[in-house]
Amino acid sequence: MEVRVDRDRCAGSGLCVSYAPEVFDQSEDDGKVLLKEPLPGTGAAGAVRAMAARCPTGAITVHGHGHAHGHGHGEPAAPREPSEAV
Amino acid sequence: MPRPLNDSQQSRLVVTTPPGSPDRAWLATGYAEVRAILGDDRFSTLPPAANASDSRRLIQPGNLLHYDAPEHTRMRKMLMPEFTLRRVRTLEPLVERVVTERLDALEHAGQPVDLISHFVWPTTSLVGCSILGIPRDDQAELARHIDTHRIDNPDREQREAAGNAYLSYLSKYMRQKRRKPGDDLLGRLIVEHGAELTEAELLGTATTLLASLIQNVAGTLGLGTLALLENPEQLALLLKRPELIDHAVEEVIRSVSVIAMASPRTALEDVPIAGRVIRTGETVACSLLGANGTTAPGEPKAPLDITRDNSGHMAFGHGIHYCIGALVTRMELRIAIAGLLERFPTVRLAVPPDGLRFSSRAVETLPVVW
Ligand code: HEM
Repeated sequence: MEVRVDRDRCAGSGLCVSYAPEVFDQSEDDGKVLLKEPLPGTGAAGAVRAMAARCPTGAITVHGHGHAHGHGHGEPAAPREPSEAV
Repeated sequence: MPRPLNDSQQSRLVVTTPPGSPDRAWLATGYAEVRAILGDDRFSTLPPAANASDSRRLIQPGNLLHYDAPEHTRMRKMLMPEFTLRRVRTLEPLVERVVTERLDALEHAGQPVDLISHFVWPTTSLVGCSILGIPRDDQAELARHIDTHRIDNPDREQREAAGNAYLSYLSKYMRQKRRKPGDDLLGRLIVEHGAELTEAELLGTATTLLASLIQNVAGTLGLGTLALLENPEQLALLLKRPELIDHAVEEVIRSVSVIAMASPRTALEDVPIAGRVIRTGETVACSLLGANGTTAPGEPKAPLDITRDNSGHMAFGHGIHYCIGALVTRMELRIAIAGLLERFPTVRLAVPPDGLRFSSRAVETLPVVW
């Protein structure tokens, strides 16, 4: 899995760095996302996909195949309705 | 499992103006519809061009919600460094100190005690004022003005007087800060960007931040504590497994959704949404309560579930206007709720819940014993 971030889109919500700090960081200058680990291991895959779905501005995308769930071809994954989650 | 309010037959995007009206207005209540609209840059948060001079919706300089890109991007960038995760962590000791002091005061107050006036309101106003550098001596008075000025105060005159007092205090305060900025959020903003910001923008920034820090967080802390007290199994679970606190806070934020409606959006071009077309110049109201599957203060709610993954809730909005204060809010609620439960694990309502009174964003009193 390859993660990409679009700093122009990023609104600096800090969600990704809160939930997946091993993959994302946040700039102290502009509050926007910094990519710490563009090729996260399978252990982080779930958290990264969740963040791609949750990012308020769609600034995180997940690329590449070979994952059990198979989605994520450069599109943010579909967010889950809170009312339907787990 | 809680369901959306209207997940089946009812349309989740409807026209609210009478048939044949020239400018149709819309209401979106479905999760997907609200998410699509708030995330789409073809909607503006400014009033429609034809009504730009409409005095009912004057644009407030300094309120980020009243800007579109690229001005929005420029303004938001100036504030962003103050709201990063790292910066928010540096505020934790302040919040811990305030919460501890308020818990001590609660302990001395005797039972039953009103959590709103003795804990919720003082905690959030002390924290909010301290973050903005407002001197301790002025904090109580300023918080009182904000409370009196709240939107559903029926006494118009009193409400307006409080609004004026609040504005005149803060404008005097901002003039002083121009001369002597100090090392706090507004001081640093002046040092870094003072030359690019007008007086009106600086004042508008101060008033929106302070009102949000106090009102939104207080409303959520009060109603959220009530939600926990009304769901005793969830409360017991949280006491048994304190590590669930972050989940519990997120669920409380969703369940309360203290901002019931996002600011109205106006279509800048024709936008197809959910099989309909919102045409250029039409406005749409987005219900965050509806999208989050919850209801207004005092109305029956689906049970809380502090273990579920509610990621994707939109209590903080969605898109470029996503709440800049979300991390501060989570941190403050976490410390306040965890602190309250740790100090008073047997806390419970001292009155029947149907005797409680609500305003549009808060529960007015919350008498408890422990
Ligand atoms: C429970 C607490 C809070 C909730 C539920 C909340 C909710 C929201 C929502 C829903 C929006 C977007 C509105 C829209 O798109 O129309 C928003 C924006 C905003 N919030 Fe909050 N908020 C909270 C606390 C705070 C705090 C503590 C601050 C300040 C420190 C704050 C400052 C802002 C600002 C400045 C915006 C505008 C951002 C922009 O336009 O880019 N909020 N908030």
